[in-house]
Amino acid sequence: MKQRLSTLLVAAAMSAAFAVHAQQPVKKPVPPPAKAAASAKQGGITAEFEKFREVLEEDNPAELFEARGEDIWKHKKGPDGASMAQCDLGLGAGVVKGAYVQMPRWFADVGQVMDAERRVVHCMVKYLGYKEEDIRKQPFSNVNKTPDHVSVITYVAGQSRNLKIAAPQKHPKEKETYEIGKEIFAYRAGPYDFSCATCHGEDGKRIRTQDLPNLRKPDQAIRAYQGWPGYRMTGGFMLTQQWRMNDCFRQQRFPEPGYLSDSITALLAYMTATANGQVYKGPGIKR
Amino acid sequence: MADPMKIRAQMKGDTAEVRVLMSHAMETGQRKDNAGATVPAHFIQSITVDVGGKRVIQGQTGTAVSRNPVFGFKVKGAKAGDKVVINWVDNKGDKRTDETTIAA
Ligand code: HEC
Repeated sequence: MKQRLSTLLVAAAMSAAFAVHAQQPVKKPVPPPAKAAASAKQGGITAEFEKFREVLEEDNPAELFEARGEDIWKHKKGPDGASMAQCDLGLGAGVVKGAYVQMPRWFADVGQVMDAERRVVHCMVKYLGYKEEDIRKQPFSNVNKTPDHVSVITYVAGQSRNLKIAAPQKHPKEKETYEIGKEIFAYRAGPYDFSCATCHGEDGKRIRTQDLPNLRKPDQAIRAYQGWPGYRMTGGFMLTQQWRMNDCFRQQRFPEPGYLSDSITALLAYMTATANGQVYKGPGIKR
Repeated sequence: MADPMKIRAQMKGDTAEVRVLMSHAMETGQRKDNAGATVPAHFIQSITVDVGGKRVIQGQTGTAVSRNPVFGFKVKGAKAGDKVVINWVDNKGDKRTDETTIAA
């Protein structure tokens, strides 16, 4: 026991040293062989984590949230007896199958382009009597609570499992939203003069052990979708695309957008349309 | 009341593979909330599994088990169509029983 503990401590100390080392500013150009070795090591870590994630994905606790969301969708009634059967996610009232991969889209009833999360919240407010200001108080999950709307989004996402992403680009507003998203993606500002493209605009970038997708390319833009909403293993709760966007705004040292803001819909429209044609595998699992 | 479990049970040769996903906070009693107050321990304490009317697992679990845990096991001699009944009880007396039948 004592020996195992000390081995653990050594391992912990080693990884701490590694982390500190990784944060040291680069003073001189790293010679190529050392760089190659370092990235092979990183690749190894990522590969190991990917294996772990694959095993867990077979029994992803996200399913528990899908079930909870399904229950709300099918059985919950609003104060005047309305239900989500009246909610149109773009394919007709009450149709859930395939809807998630076909948003953001233009919704004539509200005269807006909405992403999936925004539309689901819109319906829960309209039909089930949820209060938007309450949802805004805790839009994202934490270790204490995964809010109802997050479970419903997880259910809706699960109903597009193994379907092709097909965000419509027909309506002029859908095209405009895409263009705005593209522009926001490239917009540099803030204390570091960063844009999304600083971290996500080239192949092969990473931060510590995380490989960063080049979201301008279709085969990598899928990662804006794949695995979201995701079950976060640390803490055991569901996180949505909107959360991911807010967290990247934070990493970019931009002010975090308000929940369900137009700028996020635009970014999602841009990234989703870029990923069109690829298969969405359903809610995922994240470290 | 606790949320339902998700149970999958399928025959692989002469063995049934059973997997169950349980919805539970599994609080260790070590965590503090935002206000600094300790979140009381709340965890699944015992699990039973019956296959085809026969008890195959009677187990005790504790706070080392993760939130929303998954358990998987193999049962020899079970057959397609057998009923699988899984039950858990937590340290606050809350409980849940769910069942499924083994798929071929
Ligand atoms: C400072 C670098 C940085 C900036 C700037 C940044 N991100 Fe990120 N982004 C990250 C990191 C780190 C991750 C997490 C990757 C992981 O967990 O594998 C991430 C993840 C993502 C993901 C999810 C990828 C996945 O595999 O799940 C998307 C989508 C994304 N960012 C979009 C954006 C958008 C849009 C912007 C601009 C608003 C942006 N990011 C700005 C660093 C950044």
